[in-house]
Amino acid sequence: MQYSLLVISQEAADAQIDEETMEWGRAAFDAYAKSLDAAGVLLTADILQPVAASTTVSVRDGATQIQDGPFADTKERLNGTFVIEVPDLDAAIAWAEKCPGAQYGAIEIRPSAIIFHDGAWHSLV
Amino acid sequence: MPPNAEARAAENVARASYGRLLAVLAAPAGDIPAAEDALADAFERALANWPASGIPDNPEGWLLTVARNRLRDLFKSSAFKTGVKLDDVHTAFDDLDFDAIPDKRLELLFVCAHPAIDAGIRTPLMLQTVLGFDSAQIAAAFAVPEAAMAQRLVRAKRRIRDARIPFTIPLRDDMPARLPAVLEAIYGAYAIDWMAVAGTTERDSLAAESLYLAITLASLLDTEPEAYGLAALISLSMSRAAARADGVPLDEQDTALWDAALIAQGESLLRRAHGFDQVGRFQLEAAIQSVHCARIDGGETDFIALRKLYEALVLVAPTLGARVSLAATIGEIDGPDAGLAVLETIEAPRFQPAWATRAHLLAAAGRVDAAREAYAKAISLTTDAVTRARLREKERGL
Repeated sequence: MQYSLLVISQEAADAQIDEETMEWGRAAFDAYAKSLDAAGVLLTADILQPVAASTTVSVRDGATQIQDGPFADTKERLNGTFVIEVPDLDAAIAWAEKCPGAQYGAIEIRPSAIIFHDGAWHSLV
Repeated sequence: MPPNAEARAAENVARASYGRLLAVLAAPAGDIPAAEDALADAFERALANWPASGIPDNPEGWLLTVARNRLRDLFKSSAFKTGVKLDDVHTAFDDLDFDAIPDKRLELLFVCAHPAIDAGIRTPLMLQTVLGFDSAQIAAAFAVPEAAMAQRLVRAKRRIRDARIPFTIPLRDDMPARLPAVLEAIYGAYAIDWMAVAGTTERDSLAAESLYLAITLASLLDTEPEAYGLAALISLSMSRAAARADGVPLDEQDTALWDAALIAQGESLLRRAHGFDQVGRFQLEAAIQSVHCARIDGGETDFIALRKLYEALVLVAPTLGARVSLAATIGEIDGPDAGLAVLETIEAPRFQPAWATRAHLLAAAGRVDAAREAYAKAISLTTDAVTRARLREKERGL
C-alpha cells in the first residue's frame, strides 16, 4: 500500500521558531528520511516552502483566476509530505509516530487511490 | 584539558552536591527558580574567588552561605512578594557543616513527581533540579527541541512555586499513592524511548543518572521495598549495556561483556527489597533481570523461575510487554504451540514485540509460511534499522 504522510503544523514563522529549534528540526528530519530510506519504504519526501510563496490557480468560472497565497487560509498548514510504500496502516502508523513533525504538529496518513506510472494510471484499491 | 584545580573543585561540588544544595535553598519558599539563580550566582563567585583565595575547607558550606545571602537579598527586595518569613529562610542554613546541611532531596523528588505536575515533565524536572542538568542536555536526551523543553521546565517550576506545592515527604498513609509516580519518573530516565524519533539513535544514555536517583531515593526513604526494587532493576539492566550495544538479544549476548560489579550491586539491592517481604512490580522486574544475569556464572537460564515471575508480574502490572514475555517463556518451557496459544489471547495488532515473538515461535514450531508472514509483519512495524536487520536475518534463515 502507498500512503502519504502529511505533516501538518503551524509554520515556523507563525510559531516563532528560533534558529536552534530549526537546527533540531533539520537534523531530526534528516535522520527520519534516512531511516525511511534505509528501511526501503520511502518513495518521495518533500518539505514545502511557506504558504507565503504559494500561488493558487483556478479556471473554475471560465476565466483563469490567479490568487496570491494558499487555497485555504488556516492556522495549521500542510508543510511537507512523505510518500511511503508499506504493507498496511499499522506500519504507516509506526512510521508516522516517529516523524519529528508529530512532536509539535500532526501527521495525517492518507492512503493513495490510484497512481500514475509507466504511462498509465494504476488502481491501488 | 580540564581547567585549573579551583574550577575542577567547583565542578566536583556541583556534581556531587548540586541537588542537595538546591533542595535546601528551594524548600523554605518552594521557589526553585529563585534557588537556581542564587546557586548559579554562588558557583560563579566560587570560580571568580577560589583561584585567589584557595578552595575553602568546606566548599559546600561556602556555596550555601553565598547562595543564601543572594536569596535573602532577593526575598527582601520589594519586587519580591512572598509570604515566607525571612527567619525561616535564615535558620535553615545556620549550620554550615556539610554533613549537617539537611538533605531535602527526598522532598524535592516528591515535589517533582507531585500529582499536580504533568507526568511528562517529572523526569526532566528531576534531572534538572537534583542532578543539575541544563535544559539543552535534557532536550537532547528526550529528542525534543531545546526551546520547547526549557519552556516546559520553566512552566513546571513556576507552577510548583505559585501553587505552593509543599516540600514534604508524604505521610505513611499517603505513601502508596505518591511513591509510584516518583518511581515511574526515575525509571523514565532509564527507559527513555531512545527511538522516539526514528534515526536519532546517538544520544547519551541517562542510565547512570537514573541509577543514582533510584539509589538516593531508596536509601533516603529506607522503608520502601519498591524503591530498592527499582534501584536493583536499573543496576541489573545496566550491567548488560555493553553486551546489547548493537541490539544483540539477551540469549545471544556474550556474558563476558556483562558488568559483574553492577550485577553484584543489583543483587544486594534486591536482597534488601525482599527483606521487607512485600512484593511489587519493580522487585519482580528486578528478579527477572536477576534470573537472566545468573548466566554470568556459566549457568543456564532458569525458565521455570522466569515463568513464575512473569505470572506474578502480569497480575501486578499487566503491561503488553510483560504478557508477551510470559508467552515467550511458556514457549521455551512447554513448546512453541503453548506459547502461541498464550500469544493468541493478547489483543495487540500493532505491538511489534508480539509479532516478533509470534514469528520466533512459529519458526520454532516449523511452520515456515506462517513464520514468514509474522516476520514480514514484525519487520513492517520496525522503524529501527538494527532490529530490522536482525529480523530480516532470522526470516532469511527459515
